[in-house]
Amino acid sequence: MPTILFYLFAILMIAGGICVVVMKNPVSSAMGMIGSFIGLAALLIGLNAYFVGTLQVLVYAGAIMVLFIFIIMLLDLKKEEGKEYGGSSVAASIIIPIIFILIMIPVLSAVNKDFTKLDGHALNAAAEKLDKNIPADSHIRKALTGSSDGSKNVDPNKATLPDVNLIGQKLFTEYNFPLQIVGVLLLVATIGCVTLSKKLHGDATDPDEDQRMAKTLAKSTDIPKVTITANAESSDKKA
Amino acid sequence: MATASLTEYLFFSGLLFAIGLAGVILRRNIIVIFMCLEMMLAAASLTLVAFSRQRIVDGLPDYDGQMLVFFIITVAAAEVAVGLAIIVALYRARKTISTDDLTSLKN
Amino acid sequence: MLWLLFILPLTSAAVIHFLLKQERAGLASKLGTLSSLVCLILGISWILGLFSIPASWSWISVGEFNANIGLIEDSLSKGMMIIVCGIGFLVHVFSLAYMEDDDAKARYFGNLSLFMFSMTGIVLAENFIMMFIFWELVGLSSYLLIGHWYKKDTAADAAKKAFLSNRIGDFGFLIGILMTSILAGSVVFTDMDGASFIGQGTLGTCLASLAVLLVFCGAIGKSAQLPLHVWLPDAMEGPTPVSALIHAATMVAAGVYMMARFFQSIGETFLTNLPALEIIAWIGAITSLVAALMATQQNDIKKILAYSTLSQLGYMVMAVGLLDPNAGMFHLYTHAWFKALLFLGSGAIIFACHHEQNIWKMGGLLKRMPITSITFIIGTLALTAVPLSSGFVSKEGILKAAAGKPLFWIALTVAALTTFYMFRLIFVAILGKAKDDHSKNAKEVEIKMFGPLVILAVLAFVSQYFTGLIPETIGNPIHSFPKVDEFFFYSLGAFAVGFVLAFLFYYNRAKDPISIPLFRNKFYIDELYAGIVKWFQDILAALVHFLDEFIINGLLVGGATRLAQGTGNIFRKYGQSGNLQHYALISGVGILLAIYFTVFA
Repeated sequence: MPTILFYLFAILMIAGGICVVVMKNPVSSAMGMIGSFIGLAALLIGLNAYFVGTLQVLVYAGAIMVLFIFIIMLLDLKKEEGKEYGGSSVAASIIIPIIFILIMIPVLSAVNKDFTKLDGHALNAAAEKLDKNIPADSHIRKALTGSSDGSKNVDPNKATLPDVNLIGQKLFTEYNFPLQIVGVLLLVATIGCVTLSKKLHGDATDPDEDQRMAKTLAKSTDIPKVTITANAESSDKKA
Repeated sequence: MATASLTEYLFFSGLLFAIGLAGVILRRNIIVIFMCLEMMLAAASLTLVAFSRQRIVDGLPDYDGQMLVFFIITVAAAEVAVGLAIIVALYRARKTISTDDLTSLKN
Repeated sequence: MLWLLFILPLTSAAVIHFLLKQERAGLASKLGTLSSLVCLILGISWILGLFSIPASWSWISVGEFNANIGLIEDSLSKGMMIIVCGIGFLVHVFSLAYMEDDDAKARYFGNLSLFMFSMTGIVLAENFIMMFIFWELVGLSSYLLIGHWYKKDTAADAAKKAFLSNRIGDFGFLIGILMTSILAGSVVFTDMDGASFIGQGTLGTCLASLAVLLVFCGAIGKSAQLPLHVWLPDAMEGPTPVSALIHAATMVAAGVYMMARFFQSIGETFLTNLPALEIIAWIGAITSLVAALMATQQNDIKKILAYSTLSQLGYMVMAVGLLDPNAGMFHLYTHAWFKALLFLGSGAIIFACHHEQNIWKMGGLLKRMPITSITFIIGTLALTAVPLSSGFVSKEGILKAAAGKPLFWIALTVAALTTFYMFRLIFVAILGKAKDDHSKNAKEVEIKMFGPLVILAVLAFVSQYFTGLIPETIGNPIHSFPKVDEFFFYSLGAFAVGFVLAFLFYYNRAKDPISIPLFRNKFYIDELYAGIVKWFQDILAALVHFLDEFIINGLLVGGATRLAQGTGNIFRKYGQSGNLQHYALISGVGILLAIYFTVFA
């Protein structure tokens, strides 16, 4: 990735991050975050991690941020009105990151390494070191060699990095078991979400809790109502 | 055509992490805090991918790092789902999502 | 085979306590009596030379220090053993009748067996360590038996008093044993080195004196000598057979036995000029005099006998202090029989009079209980040293040992006093008229009770003729027939004075014509001790209270609490804000520190 592009996206990312922290309206924060993630995804792609970059955009900027915005809308969050940040917390939130950066700088100055170039010749060379189980007519070999039959040194400039295929190959061989476990994790998360959302309407055995629940329910029988009431109130204020 | 070095990637990812940390410390809105946390997580992902690209194994980037990022993203998705569900439940019970008012752990 | 002397009573005690219990009390009493009978037979056959003592076996071996479990065989232990077994058996038989209807008969016989076991141990122990163990065991069984009727407050208190007084003495005894083992080079009686015990010069004499006095502390406690004598009269709260066995014949005599054995082991020649002996002799003499004076004003039949025992023990201790332990031992030996007789006789009288112990409510018993009364009078004659009785011979030995010293006149006074108070008892309780319904209706006791009395009455006169049981002293041979010399007349004179005075004051009286509160109240020693203990305790309690309240409670415990509480409060106030950001800030700082220390430090 050309350096200029790198700085462009890096600045986009940082600016988005600053937006998240500074913006008082949570929706603006969310928008800043989407920008930040897009910049981040671009940086990932610049690192030849096409699949992860795409995933970043799809999952983070797409799904997760939509979820955030959905919840913000659902709870009808407005600007944090009249809430001044205390001087001490502002100071802490500036000083601690600055110390963090200051600590990081000497570490990074000791690293200072350039990336190895992944041009056609390098990819061609890599094709020879591939796992023997990968057949000659597989897409991985074809992409790495840049030929349609997997033979070597046909045209190095046509060689591309088969990022998705390589990840897939790794994921379903070496990381097969963690993958299954992550499936279970997602299932658990789903069940957890359902349980959490149902809890208010669940049967409470404790009479006191029952009463408390009843009071809460009396105030907000369900979420749309709350939203409507809140809207009504705000509109009243506006009026 | 010059490309950015590993150091620059790491620096920006650290910067993003620091901004996220600042947000966690500063903000009072629990959803924004949550976003900042996600940002810190993403910054860590960037570091991982940068190292993955830097370490060449058999002529190809070390995909183990990217595997980790893949799993981080998956877990983060689950985490966000559950976390937001908790926030909604919290809001139902307490009518607020400002951490200034959520101090029942005090004393 | 001789180990059976230990095993039998111990087994009996264990079986009675753990297996039979009160449900099979009859069996328990028979078992205890049987074991004591077998012990008696074993003991006699040992004395007759049918068994030899078994080899000792090593028990503790630390560096150069060795303690064995082993038995000792000489005339001292033989004489003592026959007392323990003989009186033990007779008391068991007597108890069968006396404790017939007791609620805790099994416990009584179990403890009696335990006592037999412990006493055998003291007598046969071959070293001080072993003797000390059994010494303590005897104290324990004495405690248990005094407190047999523990539901009575006086009995429980008396048991406690006996135990504590003994503990005070035993503390000194233990130190004395340690000193002796260092000075004499061994704790084994036969291995003690008298020359090194005495050592060189003044320092050696001082150390040896100190060691002797500390060992004597044990005897002071167990034989109830003057500062610690207070427990023995109170110990009469126990059943009367127990008083006869433990508090007249055997255990209280153990102190004298121990001193005799100790002196014999060191070698009497080494001890001749030890200042400690003077102290011992005077303690014995004063005890004997004071106790005799106290006895003249007591009204409780058992108390009179108890003070008489004290007085006689003082006699024996005096003989030991005069470096004639064999005279003391001989008196111990004869005294054991007739004092056991007197106690058992008083037990029979008390039993017949429905547990009435006041002599002024008795009277006229000679007609109603002829056998008991006659044996009691025989015991009295022996105690008051009538010629031909065993007491006369042994007492004369002690008088001889004291000859030419001021102690002699004390001893003579005590002899006269003994006659006086014993015949006071006879005139008031046995002769005269019945003064109470209980004594009017008294009947002769059954054979289980008067049988032992008769045997003991015979022994009160013939025990002096058994030779070989008590070591003879060179130059002061014990003779069994009264030799007419100056001591004969002194002794007889003392008897005559005491008898005539008792006859004048007490023959056929219904009330005590003499009243000396000082004697009746035991010289107010109990009150004095109570005052001292209270005073000391108050100061100690105040001190301890201060320590506990302010130092321990306030400073240490309370301080630790307040420290923890204060620290917790600080953290709670500044650390636990309940605010998420606050926690995030703290963890952020923590992360920074962690990074800093891992990367740069």
